[in-house]
Amino acid sequence: MKKAISIRVNGVERAVEVEARTTLLELVRERLGLTGAKLGCDIQVCGTCTLLVNGRPVSACSVLAVDVDGSEVLTIEGLGGQNSLHPLQEAFMRFGALQCGYCTSGFILTAKALLDEFPKPSDEQIRAYLAGNFCRCGCYQEIVQAIQDMARA
Amino acid sequence: MAMTEIGKSVRRLDYEIKVTGKAQYLGDMQVPGMCHGKILRSPLPHARIKNIDASKALKVPGVVAVITRDDIVSDEGIEPYYGPVFKDQTIVAVEKVRHVGDPVAAVAASTVDAADEALRLIDVDYEELPAVLNVQEAVRPGATLVHESVRIPESGFADLAELKPVEGTNICTHFRLNRGDIEKGFAESDLVFEDTFTLPATQHCFLETHACIASVDPGGRITVWATTQNPFVVRTQLSNIFKVPVSKVRVVVPYLGGGYGGKVYPKIEPITVALALKARLPVRVLLSREEVFYTITKHGAAIRMKTGVKKDGTLVARECEIYLDTGAYAEIGPRVAKKSGYTAAGPYRIPNLKIDSYSVYTNKPPAGAFRGFGVSQSAWAVESQMDIVAAALKIDPLHIRLKNGYREGDRFVTEETLRSVGLQQCVEEVAKSIGWEDKKFKSAKVHGEKSDAVKRGKGLACMIKATITPSISCAVVKLNEDSSLSIYTGTIEMGQGSETVLAQIAGEELGIPLEKIQVLGVDTDVVPYDLTTSSSRSTFHMGKAVQLAAQDIKQQLKQTVVKEYGVPDDQVRFAGGKILLPETALDYADAMFKRFGMRGGTLVGDGQVKTSVKDEYGEKSTSAFWFVAAGAAEVEVDSETGQIKLLKYATAVDVGKALHPLGCRQQLSGGAITGIGQAMFEEIAYDNGQLINPNLVDYVLPSLADMPPVIEPISVEIPHKDGPFGAKGIGESALIPVAPAIANAVFDAVGVRIKDLPIKAEKIYLALEAAKAEP
Repeated sequence: MKKAISIRVNGVERAVEVEARTTLLELVRERLGLTGAKLGCDIQVCGTCTLLVNGRPVSACSVLAVDVDGSEVLTIEGLGGQNSLHPLQEAFMRFGALQCGYCTSGFILTAKALLDEFPKPSDEQIRAYLAGNFCRCGCYQEIVQAIQDMARA
Repeated sequence: MAMTEIGKSVRRLDYEIKVTGKAQYLGDMQVPGMCHGKILRSPLPHARIKNIDASKALKVPGVVAVITRDDIVSDEGIEPYYGPVFKDQTIVAVEKVRHVGDPVAAVAASTVDAADEALRLIDVDYEELPAVLNVQEAVRPGATLVHESVRIPESGFADLAELKPVEGTNICTHFRLNRGDIEKGFAESDLVFEDTFTLPATQHCFLETHACIASVDPGGRITVWATTQNPFVVRTQLSNIFKVPVSKVRVVVPYLGGGYGGKVYPKIEPITVALALKARLPVRVLLSREEVFYTITKHGAAIRMKTGVKKDGTLVARECEIYLDTGAYAEIGPRVAKKSGYTAAGPYRIPNLKIDSYSVYTNKPPAGAFRGFGVSQSAWAVESQMDIVAAALKIDPLHIRLKNGYREGDRFVTEETLRSVGLQQCVEEVAKSIGWEDKKFKSAKVHGEKSDAVKRGKGLACMIKATITPSISCAVVKLNEDSSLSIYTGTIEMGQGSETVLAQIAGEELGIPLEKIQVLGVDTDVVPYDLTTSSSRSTFHMGKAVQLAAQDIKQQLKQTVVKEYGVPDDQVRFAGGKILLPETALDYADAMFKRFGMRGGTLVGDGQVKTSVKDEYGEKSTSAFWFVAAGAAEVEVDSETGQIKLLKYATAVDVGKALHPLGCRQQLSGGAITGIGQAMFEEIAYDNGQLINPNLVDYVLPSLADMPPVIEPISVEIPHKDGPFGAKGIGESALIPVAPAIANAVFDAVGVRIKDLPIKAEKIYLALEAAKAEP
């Protein structure tokens, strides 16, 4: 069964018809061509599919597209300006907070939500907030450093 | 010479595209006309296939192809058997299924839903067979055989030529290493220690699952886009399976979302090509997380180690049996077993050795390469027992390691000379980092208040490992007419930063800034041969090949100016990206213009590195270079609950020369974090051959919440004469010492010895209870 929904993705109004069982991740990746968010575990634990819905991080693999009807969605492609990067993206590069890059969009978006909520997070807050994102290359220490640097800025 | 690029943590070339989400991984790619492939997998660990009926599946709307054993055994264009060492794998099961998750059939359809629906309609009639589910059962006389016979390829890896399956048993290979006189060695020992150490199978859990797109031209030319660490090996295997020359197989590899050894050798490429061939359409297969657990694992192992020592801590003799569970297919298990055997003496001088290392078939998913490749298994035993010995002899664990540890010029167990091994420095560095001599640590408040039940301890471990030898890396570097540079190599960027380091090397050699250098993606049609991106070999081998190719460009530029400007050969120099002549300095573009007579042309530089099993002095060379590392852990253990907390971890690796210091630190702390997962969390759990945790909820990965407050990566620099600017490989080093360092720290804290990984609270608790019960 198809349902018409309308969402704002990266500031652009999108009206689409989706199957009731289409996930938000399928919608952005397959229909909208925004492939920065990745499928990792498919059960909401690894964080590679993280998107911000109305500013809050969600695992897009486990959210139905119909449930975000009317919402504001931010993907990694919508972060930063036309010709500039978001300061978090710069910080991740400067501190070496990524290796293979597969988890990176999820980490950056979760970090953005953290900093929006707690502009000066403690070390413990950072570790707890990002505990739902895995980095299998092991850049955890550099990720914390990048976020701490942003908080100081 | 002042270095302009080397030794600087320049911005990595792959970073901007990755932080913006624009990097294309295989799952992000589509090919016009592409359909979707799905694999039907065995629900049983061991069964004979009596019948397969796929007729209903073929009727599902949208299904374009189904393959079963009938398609691969009856097709003269297909050699059904393949495998990197032995030909014991098939595209889909032929006579038997040998593990839960073994591919039985595959479907290609226009939609994923149609493919899933078709899978459900394939009827397979199995006759269940007894299954061998652990190595102890598997090696018992009369055990059920996983393979009744094994096909040996006509030509294989040079370093594995002497290893063959033991007929009529489940022993896949048996590696032996004997040195000195083992009986005399034990007779001369003051004390003999014997222990058994075990560790479970684990999974790489790269966040990007295996994926493949395959397309076959009407003319038979095969193109695959693959998540592989060694495209040239995949090309060879596909060429053998589909009976076409390698020039008719093209393997393209985008950025990988992690590899760690789990993406070497063919995985889903053969089944995807078979589907594309039958469908006559491009087919994409994306594995689910669960399927990855059925595709490849790390070897679980049981290691019995008997060691004879003098009272002063000198190691005299060691007898060791290593049983590695290689699962249903050999994969690269024979080499893993060999590497385990070579390193069963650890990084220590031991004159008398008797080592037997076995890879053993069982009815479990195949085990293969995993960062650390056999050495994280042997080091678990070697380094745990080292502390058992030290404790019994009341010798400081640091001192017993420095006393027995390899030094420059020592003989390795294979009777070859070790050069460029900074083992002692690594051990000293990590000890210093965690304040080894600080005796007040046990009660100090530096890590905050603690209750009296919480005890603190420190532990050390170290290791030596070889890189794959012999091997080949070829590179091509193109100088363009505007003095910009293009680099062509088969090295896969899977997160380790190879693109950047290769560009730094070429840039340094030619004085060309990184902004003018492009490292091309890997496409076997375009880039020259490289054996593999694994075994911590790329910086050393491919880095050198790129350096040689850049030097070849310089030679050609020199020839050009000698000819065109009449300058004597010995008066041409290079500096700062210019050609210096006695009177003037030329840009490369000027020399190119002179050579070609107009703005255009290309200079192609060629670089080839091949390593041999003999070095330049004719001495045996098991490894083109050796990598050494040490780790040190500080822990807190609750002596009432067994709860363990890592306070600090220090890792020191001999990197030769840190070409990109930040990249080195990432590899070191990243390796340590993978090691923390292996040490404290990760374990594939089985129940009667069924994996009960093939997902990331039940299979626990370390997260930020599990990290110690500090991980200190330390690069020790003992240059290697054959590495580019002295650099060595570092990818695997840091991981290996982690588990024994933590186990040794736990012992230091609460006096119990954990001999089975992972080190979990309940094991510590039970060991503490058992210790209390002792008189």
